[in-house]
Amino acid sequence: MIRGVIIMNDQGKPRLIKFYEFQPPEKQQELVRSIYRVLCSRAENVSNFVKVDSLFGPDVRLVYKTFATLYFVFIFDKSENELAMIDLMQVFVETLNKCFREVCELDIVFNFYKVHTILDEIILGGQVLETSSEEVASAVDAISRSLPLPLSLCAYVCALVSSCEWVLRCNRHILVQLSLRVGKEWQFHDSIYSWLAEMIATELW
Amino acid sequence: MTGPSLMDSLFQRSIDDLIKALRLSPPGTETAFVAKAIDEIRREIKSTDPHTKAAALQKLTYLHSLHGLDMSWAAFHSVELSSSSAHSHKRTAYLSAALAFNPATTDVLLLLTHQLRKDLSSPNVHDVSLALSTLSSICNTDLARDLTPELFTLLISSKVTVRKKAIATVLRVFECYPDAVRVCFKRVVENLENSDLGILSAVVGLFCELTENEPRSYLPLAPEFYKILVDCKNNWVLIKVLKIFTKLAPLEPRLGKRVVEPICEIMKTMGAKSLVFECVRTILTSLSEHDSAVKLAVSKVREFLSEDDPNLKYLGLQALAIVAKKDILAVVENKDLVVKALSDSDLNIRLEALRLVMCMVSEDNVMEICRILISHALKSDPEFCNEILGFILLTCGRNYYEVIFYFDWYVLFLGEMARVPHCQKGDEIATQLIDIGMRVKDARSQLVHVARELVIDPALLGNPFMHAVLSAAAWVSGEYIKLSRNPFEIMEALLQPRTSLLSPSVRAIYIHSAFKVLMFCVHSYLKLNGEESLIPSTLTDSELVSDVEVDDHNMIATNGQAPSASSVTHHLTQESLLALVNLVEINLGPLAGSNEVEVLERSTNVLGLIKLIKPMILGSLNDSEGDQTNRELKASETVKLIFDSCSEDLGPVSVNAQEKVPIPNGLVLKENLDDLEEICGDIKLPVLTSFSLVRPQFAEVSNSAECQDKEESELSTESTSLLAEHRKRHGLYYLSPGNAVTVSNDYPPAHDPYGKAIVEDEDLAKLTEKSLVTGKKPIQSKPRPVVVKFDDGEVTNVVTNRTRIKADLISDAVNEVLLGDEATTSSSSRRKPPKSRRVTEDSNISIVKLVWEVANTMGMVKRGDVEPQARIKNMIAKTSIKVIVGCMVSTGRGTGRIKQWKLKHQSFLIFFYSNAFLTKILRSVVVINILVFFSHWNWLC
Repeated sequence: MIRGVIIMNDQGKPRLIKFYEFQPPEKQQELVRSIYRVLCSRAENVSNFVKVDSLFGPDVRLVYKTFATLYFVFIFDKSENELAMIDLMQVFVETLNKCFREVCELDIVFNFYKVHTILDEIILGGQVLETSSEEVASAVDAISRSLPLPLSLCAYVCALVSSCEWVLRCNRHILVQLSLRVGKEWQFHDSIYSWLAEMIATELW
Repeated sequence: MTGPSLMDSLFQRSIDDLIKALRLSPPGTETAFVAKAIDEIRREIKSTDPHTKAAALQKLTYLHSLHGLDMSWAAFHSVELSSSSAHSHKRTAYLSAALAFNPATTDVLLLLTHQLRKDLSSPNVHDVSLALSTLSSICNTDLARDLTPELFTLLISSKVTVRKKAIATVLRVFECYPDAVRVCFKRVVENLENSDLGILSAVVGLFCELTENEPRSYLPLAPEFYKILVDCKNNWVLIKVLKIFTKLAPLEPRLGKRVVEPICEIMKTMGAKSLVFECVRTILTSLSEHDSAVKLAVSKVREFLSEDDPNLKYLGLQALAIVAKKDILAVVENKDLVVKALSDSDLNIRLEALRLVMCMVSEDNVMEICRILISHALKSDPEFCNEILGFILLTCGRNYYEVIFYFDWYVLFLGEMARVPHCQKGDEIATQLIDIGMRVKDARSQLVHVARELVIDPALLGNPFMHAVLSAAAWVSGEYIKLSRNPFEIMEALLQPRTSLLSPSVRAIYIHSAFKVLMFCVHSYLKLNGEESLIPSTLTDSELVSDVEVDDHNMIATNGQAPSASSVTHHLTQESLLALVNLVEINLGPLAGSNEVEVLERSTNVLGLIKLIKPMILGSLNDSEGDQTNRELKASETVKLIFDSCSEDLGPVSVNAQEKVPIPNGLVLKENLDDLEEICGDIKLPVLTSFSLVRPQFAEVSNSAECQDKEESELSTESTSLLAEHRKRHGLYYLSPGNAVTVSNDYPPAHDPYGKAIVEDEDLAKLTEKSLVTGKKPIQSKPRPVVVKFDDGEVTNVVTNRTRIKADLISDAVNEVLLGDEATTSSSSRRKPPKSRRVTEDSNISIVKLVWEVANTMGMVKRGDVEPQARIKNMIAKTSIKVIVGCMVSTGRGTGRIKQWKLKHQSFLIFFYSNAFLTKILRSVVVINILVFFSHWNWLC
């Protein structure tokens, strides 16, 4: 069965930790650190398996894969097939890609709950449930539809900026200051940038 | 904190706010920020408004999961929120429970039972799924028992998602509450015939987990599994079914015959590598008696190994490792690829390949493989180099050097390994050097030769990783000095100025070896002079000396080497002996003031002995006074006694010897030494190996340098110039190692790492060309040397662990469902009774008793009132000291513990048992240490 799934970035910061047998939080952090130490020392284009006998006991294996800035790590025992685990990891990433449209690290950072929901549709109690990313994506969609629409990041920002709109009209300096601050704070969000640029352009005109 | 105000809930941070703020907080302030956030959460979570509460719990779960914060205090809030009607709140609550609840210790878990039951029978699919996934995470015995009926209903749910999730959850419920098997098992089995792939996959996965622990119970289901194997085309399902057959096939030979055909078919036709690999593994693990199938599997492995994908290569090597246990020929067929993998860029692959190469090692090819590996080690990175050395040492040392036929070659090879640049396996090499010395009598002369090369080379002293090897070499040189051709050069080497670079414990061994060499020379001199009148005829064990002589002659006869002992005696004149004694005296003199207890003790002993014997040597020039003769008589008697005590064989002792000794009356063994620490709170306990009063290193270096200067009347104090001096003076002894190797040796010489590293590629090719196993045994000109060993190896304890019992419980229930009652009895009777320990009488019992007695009597000796001479005599009085130490060496092995023996008269005897300590500190040294230690204790108490 699968013992755990971890997503962490290339700095060793965990983005998702799920163990299928209870582990105290300190132990989880410790495990993530030890795994990161092993992973970051490995060169590219080498095999994806790592021996983790010292961390999890004999017969437990670890497979990892790098996607952009993220390490995806699956920990499993001998009743799983190693190559099948790599395939499953691919399924997981594909599903994330479907659910977030071109997934990046920030999607996973800001969607803690959704990522857990996706993972729960693929693996339950360490058992593989579903191996088709379409099925998983549609199941997750069905769940999201049943939930009230959360205030999404984009909507939040738009509300913030539009509320400042009269300020824009009043004082160009304040506008510039604000745009800088907001820009800094939301630097990851391209749409805000373009929106602000547009605003500034019209205003200056 | 007061309850949350309206402002709090209005301006509550959402989880997104929290994440953003965490990302923006400057590095270093994160913990402070998190602490602040937790304070906020503690306030908000008490809110009666479910939105506020849910938001707080969301944040807390996030911090718990990714920042490792404790949230056990909020367990009740999770339970509370789980009853919320809003699905999003429920989701938050259940996820926090799944991530943070500890099934064994969270006590509010039981409060969740009702809510889970409600959600499991809810018409909303999402609620049911959520409850199932939570249950599988936090299941404990109580929850499993209480929710089994709901789960039972869900097992025939019409909704596919629910049903497969229920099946996956059943596994956890079975594990926690085996009685659930009696209720649910039939329905689970029925699902095996379901046409839906999702359900089939879940149920096959469940059986795969169940068979892992106790396969026999599931044999009756084999026809169903067989049907799936033949009919199903889904890779995931097939992989799991293959895993099940891997477990079932060994139990029922007929089953193996049935499944081997379809498995081979799958392997031939299916493209998915994961499935093919699973087929290969199944065949190699469980169907290895079907030759054609194995052949096919090995050919598939070969395909894997030739692929570029490192994962396939790695798995291919692992598959070969499975075959290697049963059929080494299959590995040998692929040895070209295995050896090629040895130079792969991936460390994993290299290690696997190395392991396989070591599997191929046999008596016939060990020399060749080792030679190739060591040249490989020389050009590898330090990490892999040490892996290689470690593997070689492990393989060659396995089962009392099973694969080694030519010990002379192996001993040479050990010396060579020690000189590999990145070698960090000094401890292991040292252990084997000493071990071979004790176990293999025939290897000793070569061992002494190798030790000489190591000890004599001043360059090695600068490498701290070499010190362990050097200490072993020094010990060997001292212990088997009678086999050495030139004790004088050994003495020079043991006292060379650069020994000041050694750690005190190693230096102590050097000094002690020098002591043994000195004893040997003096004794030989006395014997040579043939003054029978000097040696009292009353001595009983004079036959021992003749034994030694016989040994020497044997050795000469077998090895065709130059006579050793006799050549020594030819050079032994009064002048040369006197020069030797003076050399020792001058070199050790300054060490009598050393701060290191080890060094000080030993040098004082040697100096005391010199004081005793010097007049005798001088006196034999002009023996006129009767009084003088009397003293000489005494001195030579002492020398004889010491030499005898040194020249008895130090054999290995069984690991279990200590256990066979009954604990003497009046002995209280303590579990730990806590109260000892109390007693000597302000005094540093004299840890024997590194007892030091001041920073010793520099003082000592300059000390010895000074003395050396005086001796050689040189001005320079630098060790390099000293070394040059030393070389000049004793240039004779720095011969190139090649010259010393006897030409008449009929073993292939050990590989010279520097010379042959270039032709390494050819070696690889040669290894691949030459058959490793099928080759005929070389004509062995002489029988393999005897290796002393004990037949009672380690006693293995039978451990029954909890999972085993649990698995038995499940399988009992399964048997009951599938077969009826009679099966359960057979399954319980299958359990083997625990192995009883073999207790055999061993002569070592008396030895260990002796340790006790010696220690007991010595307990009364105070440090101040014993002269070194008297102390040595005292020591010699205990005739079997060497045996004691042999015993301690063996009992110390592996235990590494300190045991405290409290005596009646309130003094403590503490034995520092540790492998490192006891293999180095040998024989009388231990007794002296006990003495020192006792004097400390008497003083303390």
